[in-house]
Amino acid sequence: MPSLLHRALGHLVSCKDTSRLVSRMQDGPLTGWQHARMRWHLAVCGMCRSFEQQMRVLREAVRRYRD
Amino acid sequence: MTSDFHQALAQHRPYLLRVARLQLRDAALAEDVVQDTLAAALAGSSGFTGKSSVKTWLTGILKHKIVDAIRRKQREPVAASTLDEEADLEDFEGLFKDNGAWQAPPADWGDPEQALSRSQFMEILELCLDKLPTNTARVFVMREVMELTTEEICKELAITANNLWVILYRARMSLRECLELNWFAGGARG
Repeated sequence: MPSLLHRALGHLVSCKDTSRLVSRMQDGPLTGWQHARMRWHLAVCGMCRSFEQQMRVLREAVRRYRD
Repeated sequence: MTSDFHQALAQHRPYLLRVARLQLRDAALAEDVVQDTLAAALAGSSGFTGKSSVKTWLTGILKHKIVDAIRRKQREPVAASTLDEEADLEDFEGLFKDNGAWQAPPADWGDPEQALSRSQFMEILELCLDKLPTNTARVFVMREVMELTTEEICKELAITANNLWVILYRARMSLRECLELNWFAGGARG
């Protein structure tokens, strides 16, 4: 269960920004600040966690399609 | 040159064709490029050290042949203006509310193994890939199929890292939406 502060921080970051960071993370390391913002938000947002899972599935799907 | 080696190469032909087609979007050109790749591989078979798999080695040759083909086809690697257009994020505004929350929340895709093991799913993925704008698809394939790094792609296409990330984001958002509509939300899943 995220702390109150953690939850407050998570809601400061939008789903839109988080989705961009989740995609961006697949192409190279994020800055510490980007990573922290993304994690805060993911901790409080199930929809973005689903999105994160979808991005992993997509990557795996394309590799299987290729091979 | 042993015929065994020849056979080992030919065995990877379907895979090479798939990659080349996705990348070039031109079936005839893809055939040519794969033909060139296999010929170059046979001619240079002494260059195969066995340190990597035959497939990895062939992919490396194919990568160069594809880049050559793209260069021949259009004098500039990819028209920068088109890439800039495709790097425009406007289209995505509809996916999010004004406060940046999801307009239509992404669904839980459940156990992905179930989908990934089905050939029908792969057909839908192929349809979704085909629907991407040409340059967006090309960039996505460089990243996800050929597994080039951000740095390599930027250098090859002469675009900024920022534009590259936007294009990749666009590709992934379109693909996830397409898969969600056509597979995960449809009846095909069961």
